[in-house]
Amino acid sequence: MPEPRRASLPPLLWPLAALALLLCFNFLFTPGFFSVEFRDGRLVGTLIDILNHSSKVAIVAVGMTLVIATGGVDLSVGAVVAICGAVAATLAQRAPMPVIVLAALGAGLAAGLCNGLLVTRLRLQPIVATLVLMVAGRGVAQLITDGLIITFERPALVAVANRSLLALPIPVWIAVGIAALAAAFTRRTAAGMLIEAVGDNDRACRYSGVNESRLRLGVYAFCGLCAGVAGLIECSYIKAADANNAGLFLELDAILAAIIGGTALAGGRFSIAGSLTGALLIQALTKTMYMHDVSADVAPLPKGLAVLAVCILQAPRVKTSLARWAGGRA
Amino acid sequence: MPADSPLLSVRSLSKRFGAVVALDSIDLDVSPGSIHALMGENGAGKSTLIRCLMGAVRRDGGTVLFEGTACDPASPRHAEAAGLSTVFQEVGLIPHMSVAENITLGRESRRWGLIDRREARARARRALARLGLTIDVDQELGGCSIALQQLVAIARALDVSARLLILDEPTSSLDRRETAELFAVLRRLRDEGVGIIFVTHFLEQVYQLCDRITVLRDGAHVVTRDTRDLPRPQLIAAMLGRTPAAPGASVTSAAPADAAPLLRATGLRRRESIEHADLTIPRGAAVGLAGLLGSGRSELARMLFGIDRPQGGRIELNGETFSPRSPRDAIARGIALTPENRKSDGIVPNLSVRENIVLALQARRGVLRSLSRREQDAIADEFIARLGIKTPHREAPISTLSGGNQQKALLARWLAANPALLILDEPTRGIDIGAKQEIESLIRGLINGGAGVLFISSELSELVRACSRIVVLKDRRTIGELRAPGLSEEHILEAIAAHA
Ligand SMILES: Nc1ncnc2c1ncn2[C@@H]1O[C@H](COP(=O)(O)OP(=O)(O)OP(=O)(O)O)[C@@H](O)[C@H]1O
Ligand SMILES: [Mg+2]
Repeated sequence: MPEPRRASLPPLLWPLAALALLLCFNFLFTPGFFSVEFRDGRLVGTLIDILNHSSKVAIVAVGMTLVIATGGVDLSVGAVVAICGAVAATLAQRAPMPVIVLAALGAGLAAGLCNGLLVTRLRLQPIVATLVLMVAGRGVAQLITDGLIITFERPALVAVANRSLLALPIPVWIAVGIAALAAAFTRRTAAGMLIEAVGDNDRACRYSGVNESRLRLGVYAFCGLCAGVAGLIECSYIKAADANNAGLFLELDAILAAIIGGTALAGGRFSIAGSLTGALLIQALTKTMYMHDVSADVAPLPKGLAVLAVCILQAPRVKTSLARWAGGRA
Repeated sequence: MPADSPLLSVRSLSKRFGAVVALDSIDLDVSPGSIHALMGENGAGKSTLIRCLMGAVRRDGGTVLFEGTACDPASPRHAEAAGLSTVFQEVGLIPHMSVAENITLGRESRRWGLIDRREARARARRALARLGLTIDVDQELGGCSIALQQLVAIARALDVSARLLILDEPTSSLDRRETAELFAVLRRLRDEGVGIIFVTHFLEQVYQLCDRITVLRDGAHVVTRDTRDLPRPQLIAAMLGRTPAAPGASVTSAAPADAAPLLRATGLRRRESIEHADLTIPRGAAVGLAGLLGSGRSELARMLFGIDRPQGGRIELNGETFSPRSPRDAIARGIALTPENRKSDGIVPNLSVRENIVLALQARRGVLRSLSRREQDAIADEFIARLGIKTPHREAPISTLSGGNQQKALLARWLAANPALLILDEPTRGIDIGAKQEIESLIRGLINGGAGVLFISSELSELVRACSRIVVLKDRRTIGELRAPGLSEEHILEAIAAHA
């Protein structure tokens, strides 16, 4: 059979178009937005800042995308970031570096498994199951830090978020690496298709022999692990653990990034590349507003509007009429 | 309006979905007080035509006159207000609401601005009584069998008191008794002057009920005639576009009768599901399950497949005790089930036809041993060709296929997995006659390969043709088994009637 002619526009189109539009705006109205310099073996400039600061959201969004694709959601990632940061910071002055990293990531993985077990064994609604840890998680982080903001001076740990590799900040490479791994794993194995199938009709999957609970457990665990990585980066960046503010609202940004990227909140088809674009778009928008002196209090408004615009463009109804319009001209 | 002018008059109605021409300039006239059959193979465009008439999808072109005035409803609700009422092919009801709420939804009687629940229940009971049904109207619809859901959808459509009633395969999962009740109601409505459009794949029902027939093929109008002027062979030829092959010979068991059975179930029971069931399925044979609505056929299948756990009795598979805790356990032992409710239990709507076909096979191999894309394409293409699945491409989302073609893809899912025991729960529901023959021959192939088949169907003629034994269920008990020489529809009906 011949390959089909595309009946709809490629899903990545709208987030990319929105990003391009934003860059055009900045090209015209934000002086110095595109200037990038090479200084001390690293690139420096607004664009690099955006890449750097979006990497945390991007990492969490990769895990979140898979969770959402199964029809779930993970509200606890922000709290898990706080827990993992607390773990890393408490160990910062006394343990060898590999132990710090493993402990932080292990905490993230454990949190994810915990969410996954609540969803698969107790059959709790994902939003409820992860709400538990979202609320309790910061308390756990407080317990770990004894309610203090723990600062540290461990050069190896500080380097994670503050040094560059091949001219780009290390977090950018970590984000790219995790996204590439996740994309390769889901698309090279059957995992991607089975995750989408479970999100689309889990009963049909159960009756077809899909090991649906193991898949769900796996995506929550992976999402927790991603939050662990983000936690490590955040605490390295600020050289401290702050149980109250680390990863605050990160879950919302990650969910937004996934939705902007074309992953439906109801589950089913997902796109990791889309979520990365979404994370970039959110950060670029934040930065643009910052550079135009939009006060932080009203900044969420334009952000919300931008999200709304992208989501409307992706609504099935609008999409078919747009595709027809595009098809009619082609 | 003169008496002989049509109630509904459709002129050059067209509809495309992307590159697929679903309807190509269709003309259709339906007179008041007549029952008009709409016939055609799976994917011919019958449901699409109905969805266009009801405003569920927007037509691309053409005119529709209803009672002489232009009719272009924006949604099925508008169409209902204009006097059209429909039972869609896929029961479009809300599983979490009660039967009564589903029947009156959107048309609730109100008292002091609030929904009058007592009145709603009474109305629902009246609507169901017209079909000869007395069921608990407070039960949740999702818990009802698919046949009952279909009847509720019909009751809902009748409750509208429309001037044009459209029924898209309303009888696909009904038994004779319910079908007879429905036909009596339809005849009464016809005599009251209601126009009726009736879609089915059962030819005998067309000849029993309908006054006129319109045949569609590949989205085009082929012929419209009075039923008496379109005898069966011509009707079939019009639908297929060729003269059909003779139906295959009926099967006899490939294995000797005394061969060790593949599966033996004794004394199975489960509260509110099965009271007592004994069943033996030999290797290389098809066993039919016959019984009336609510006799427990699907419930028995669900137990064998590990969806429900029996509370008593035992199952032996290949001589060993077998107590599946989940469908996965059953599948691991080579059992497969095509569920009767394809929409909620079968299809994965947004995934492609290819992905839906390879799903069970891939699930059995696990996440890591993935089928290569080339293997998947080969499997999908093979079954698309063998079952004649009508799809623009294997990558089309399965939800865009016609109902019968979705059913074929689900069969392909399990045929591709090559099971040792295939349980088919109403597998030919909504499937056209050409495909039915193909499915029967595939079943025969499985049997000749030594597999066992458990075949559930409300169509007795089909059971008699495909099976070498038939187990009869009544009131959630197995009441007997009929064997190959001496299998006939009459014997089955006698067995059901004889058992008090
Ligand atoms: N939403 C859709 N998107 C794309 N194609 C569609 C869509 N709905 C229907 N089609 C196509 O239109 C054609 C006609 O489908 P339709 O459902 O009307 O068939 P049908 O005659 O009702 O068949 P069946 O007997 O199987 O119910 C099919 O080829 C189908 O694939
Ligand atoms: Mg149809």
